[in-house]
Amino acid sequence: MSKEIRLLSTSAILGYGFPEASLSAGMARQPHVIGVDGGSVDPGPHYLGSGKPFCSPLAIRRDLRLMLNAAVRGNIPLVIGTSGGAGGEPHLQLVATMAREIAREDGLHFKMALIHAEQDRATVKRLDTVGLAHQPPLTDAVIDRATRIVGMMGPEPFIAALDAGAQVVLAGRSSDPAPWAAAATRAQLPPAPSWYAGKMLECGATPSIPKGHDCLFVTVREDHVECEPLNPARRCTPLSIANHSLHENSSPIHHIEPGGMLDTSECRFDAVTDRAVRISGMRWVPAEQYTVKLEGVELAGYRAICVCGTRDPLLIGRLDDFLSTVRQEVATKAAAFGANPDSYQLGIRVYGRDGVMAAREPMRDAEPHELGFVIEVVAQQSQEIASAVLGMARTNMLHTDFPGRLCREGNMAFPFSPSDIEVGPVYRFSVYHVAKVQDPCALFPIEYETV
Amino acid sequence: MALLKNVARVCKSKNAGPFELTIDVVFDDAETFRRVKVSGVLSPALFARLYNVPAEHVLFTPYDAAFAFKATLPRLVPAGDFGDTDVYGCQQHAPLLDVDLPI
Repeated sequence: MSKEIRLLSTSAILGYGFPEASLSAGMARQPHVIGVDGGSVDPGPHYLGSGKPFCSPLAIRRDLRLMLNAAVRGNIPLVIGTSGGAGGEPHLQLVATMAREIAREDGLHFKMALIHAEQDRATVKRLDTVGLAHQPPLTDAVIDRATRIVGMMGPEPFIAALDAGAQVVLAGRSSDPAPWAAAATRAQLPPAPSWYAGKMLECGATPSIPKGHDCLFVTVREDHVECEPLNPARRCTPLSIANHSLHENSSPIHHIEPGGMLDTSECRFDAVTDRAVRISGMRWVPAEQYTVKLEGVELAGYRAICVCGTRDPLLIGRLDDFLSTVRQEVATKAAAFGANPDSYQLGIRVYGRDGVMAAREPMRDAEPHELGFVIEVVAQQSQEIASAVLGMARTNMLHTDFPGRLCREGNMAFPFSPSDIEVGPVYRFSVYHVAKVQDPCALFPIEYETV
Repeated sequence: MALLKNVARVCKSKNAGPFELTIDVVFDDAETFRRVKVSGVLSPALFARLYNVPAEHVLFTPYDAAFAFKATLPRLVPAGDFGDTDVYGCQQHAPLLDVDLPI
């Protein structure tokens, strides 16, 4: 009997939801480990900066309760990467607190490991780093300005936690496939199929059709991986699996991971049944130098926005001139109350023209019958200034005169009262680098507790 | 000739990290994929022109096993920075839809 490990992922992100029937069907197949990816960098810099979760606590709690019960009653480990959306300390603590509360309410007992991924500034300053995606070298000034920096762990800290007997492993920021690669390599399976399995499991049932937030069951063996969705309404096909290799990677064939590179260029995709696919031929190329990706954000200011629209063809016909007049008015009047033009950024997004693609929009000559606007102000110093400048911009969008104007009572339709929305602090990505490290676990301390 | 939107199975864009955009075009079968590949229309030069970036900033990879082409290029603005219009980068595919493929 050849060695195999069976892995069950409930969805693409903890809190996206999944059918309970899919989890039950998966548990009936006796997985060795269940888990889920907890987050992503995709929703932007806000979540890492603010410390808030990307999914709602209500939705996270629902998914976590089902998974904790399944794991404890099935006597198997539960692994969660990038807890709470961004994987910083507040995100990890949110999910850990929930796990303790659910355990108390449902009478569950387990050993829990918390793997921390948030990095202090002094540690980051000591690291040997290289910028990713053309980022400039990481200076002390950038590190000092950062609101929060996380390191992205590989499988090694998960392996350490599982080896120490933790049944529930909650980790901060992790490489998406890492918890799964940990489970499979710890079972003595080779890294190539182990990492490939992780690539599939990190997104739940996404590699199946129809795509949706649901559970995926993966069996890892010595030289291949088998994927099958647990909901009978879905199927994995060779094409749906192959397509998933394209997801969110710069290359479809070279997937850079903390300790090496997964090469999928020689992969074969064979249908095992009409809903299960066997993938073979993946290769793992160990890196000469182990690296940990760092992600960090800094405060960019405070934002206020307003949504409005126009149905006036005369205004639409001379929009650029109109917006330019509005900008001049705002600059003068905001300066008069002490907000100089260099203390804020005013954006006027024009939906119906280039609101989605901005400078990359190829259709420059379309003549829409209505246009939507999002007026936006980001002020460096305070919400008060952002809101004040936005108020001035809104008033001038509404009342600024233009040649040939017939709509003399107002230029804009506002869908809401109040029309202005205070969005709060705005963050931007400032750290996107890799650090060379000797010990894959050094940046990721583990705490254990008995729940 | 055929418009890409009428022959491709998938045409999509998405972030590849906060600083890059990745665009995928996938075809249904090996033969269509082969003919598109041989035509050379999908190329770094095409993506450079459509997305207004230097061709050397386009990482272009045909992926035979998936009948797919992938191009990765810099975002106009980093995800979530002032002026970004598409935080997830998932609505930047449209300029490809009307590309004429000589197949």
